[in-house]
Amino acid sequence: MRMSNIAKQIAPGLALQKVDERIMTLNVGPQHPGSGHMRIIVQIDGDKIVACDPDPGYVHRGEEKMAEYRNYIQNIPHLERPVIHDSCNILYPYCLATEEILHIEVPERAKYVRVIAAELNRCVYTLYWLAIYGIFLGHSTMFMWPTGDRELLIDLLEKMTGARVTHAYFVPGGVRNDLPANFEDVCLRQVDYFEKRIRAYADIFYDNPILISRTRDAGTLSRQDAVRLGTTGSVLRASGVDYDIRKKEPYDCYDSLDFETSVLKSGDAYARSKVPWLDMLESCRIIRDALSKMPQSGSVRVKLKPNPKGDEMTSYKRVESGRGTLGCYVVSDGKPEPYRVKMSVGSFRNLISLPYLLKGEKLGNMPAVYWSLNYWPVEADR
Amino acid sequence: MADQVPATSGDAPPADTPPEPAALPELDTGLRSKLESGLGDAVKVASATPGRIHIDVNSKDVVRVAEFVRDELGFDHAESVTGVDRPADSEIEVVYHLGSYTRPELGGYVMAISTRAPRQDNPDPGNDSTRLPTLREVFYSVEFHEREAFEMLGVYFDGHPDNRRLLLPEDWADLPPMRKDFAIKGR
Amino acid sequence: MMKDLLTPQNANVFVGKLGDILEKAVGAPLGYAINWGRIWSLWPVHIETACCSVEFGAASGPRYDVERFGIIEAFGSLRQCDLVVVQGTITRKMAPRLRLVYDQMPEPKYVIAMGACAITGGLYFDSYNVLPGIDGILPVDVYVPGCPPRPETLIQGCMLLQEKIKRMKARSHV
Repeated sequence: MRMSNIAKQIAPGLALQKVDERIMTLNVGPQHPGSGHMRIIVQIDGDKIVACDPDPGYVHRGEEKMAEYRNYIQNIPHLERPVIHDSCNILYPYCLATEEILHIEVPERAKYVRVIAAELNRCVYTLYWLAIYGIFLGHSTMFMWPTGDRELLIDLLEKMTGARVTHAYFVPGGVRNDLPANFEDVCLRQVDYFEKRIRAYADIFYDNPILISRTRDAGTLSRQDAVRLGTTGSVLRASGVDYDIRKKEPYDCYDSLDFETSVLKSGDAYARSKVPWLDMLESCRIIRDALSKMPQSGSVRVKLKPNPKGDEMTSYKRVESGRGTLGCYVVSDGKPEPYRVKMSVGSFRNLISLPYLLKGEKLGNMPAVYWSLNYWPVEADR
Repeated sequence: MADQVPATSGDAPPADTPPEPAALPELDTGLRSKLESGLGDAVKVASATPGRIHIDVNSKDVVRVAEFVRDELGFDHAESVTGVDRPADSEIEVVYHLGSYTRPELGGYVMAISTRAPRQDNPDPGNDSTRLPTLREVFYSVEFHEREAFEMLGVYFDGHPDNRRLLLPEDWADLPPMRKDFAIKGR
Repeated sequence: MMKDLLTPQNANVFVGKLGDILEKAVGAPLGYAINWGRIWSLWPVHIETACCSVEFGAASGPRYDVERFGIIEAFGSLRQCDLVVVQGTITRKMAPRLRLVYDQMPEPKYVIAMGACAITGGLYFDSYNVLPGIDGILPVDVYVPGCPPRPETLIQGCMLLQEKIKRMKARSHV
């Protein structure tokens, strides 16, 4: 490979090194119980954070480059890997964009099946996130409860798709296979039980005075700043902006379903931790509604020609995932492989607010603020 | 894969011809006429579908256009910044996808502003002519996206305060990986 | 006679020799006891490297509960850890950090390569930023295949590691 005279970009962290004597630079991560797969470089003055520089990229695997070498169908398994526990939602915009490029109309039943799978997956993702949030705050019960309840939904998804987490269930043109026999009853029963379970989280987590004292007024993001920084998903809705792609730009059958968006006003870490939980309650409602409105029979997938080619066009589609708006920009040049696939992911967009939120916070608040951004490093790095 | 298709009939074969483009809603045509009356020749509408408008802008005008789009049309944040390498035109395209949180009627609307920078065959990121003016002063939210575009395609954003590396390893000394002449192994 | 042999000058040597003799005499049963202790308290490092950490988390959850097999849930400092579960893809940026983490751990230490990416690069075999397996940077004890491996597979891998430790020579480490 050609090694040219590429100018070296400055490595992250170096810009922070001219420091006062009393200010200490601290590397949090990538091996740290409170960082995940990323490094946060913070400068602290005593206990107060004066500057912060997030350093993502530890799981940058070049998905977008790889997508240029595979055809539209071969791209499915590796494009879902950034968020394997929300794999339906991350494939959703790619499938919608590909359908526009290949001019495919999705069958009616497939739309409902997709919505059910996507909502179940949103709950699976949110429960994992909540479990890790529990660990970050030293609340072990909050790790055990969501991880246990998550398995129920994983069982459901396993019945539907055949895999625990990496489903590869959505394909351009519908879903890979139809629902198993008797799925509706099992799903309704599980969802009823699940809703009862997550309502109990309010008692041990959201009404817990220790949690409230740790997260209330930590990392407050005002409405103006949430808009200016371009945050998305639960971070945005916790700051009082009512913005949900499912309502604003309904895809598949969301416009026929009955649900509400959950919006809180305060914009602190507590509100950001509560919005995904409220979303899960709405997800239960959506699943029940979709199950009742779903056509009982019909095809769930349009048969594609092998190696389908698209027109020379671009398509940008958005869905609402567990972490916020997920956009996928696909450029096609008429070949079986996409010319360019760009995933605009919620985690990456929310990351920009981290330096802003941590400034002036206590160091002990860092995990609480950082994970409340609904951040999944693998997705941000792609 | 074909054997997994359920036996139920009714599979419509994919249409070979693209369907007729639907008539654009009033909002779309309104935005488009505002753009054309406010900016004149500076913008070329490349494509417009319901809820999406894609405009091509010369790199000289991109800041002016972005300010107009923010102040007059109400788009307030960037959703993504995509770099697309176009070796055939010897250019690198940068696409800004803009959305609006503050105007409820624009919630489902995305404006794509596309601009192009000259492409170098032997790039030297940061020091060659592959440069564009930054939009960070207009849309604060493009900060990390432009950093990503710089390391992935070598487009230097003039005026960006923080053109550092973001995702690639610190010792990356090869071509910017999203360029088409950077081939991944075995391909 | 003992008193004549033992002078302040050679006391250290004498005690050292005594230690050697003792270790030879009781080495085998002692080694068994040491290994028994090691297999029931494997402390994994809290380093997530990619998406397999989701299934690692699920394995610590109530349904799979790896703690009953002696694999403690990942908490705390790497200075008291003796197991690295490499949870998936190692990118070029993460590789030096992973090695740094491994080097800081006290002996004895074991490595489980979890997932196809950690074994061969897996799905990312042609990516520009992914290592083709971690064999090049760490000595791997057990490979756990899958993309991602189910928690059951991870548990089986851990039990294989325990079998391996049981049959290992319990070395004395300085």
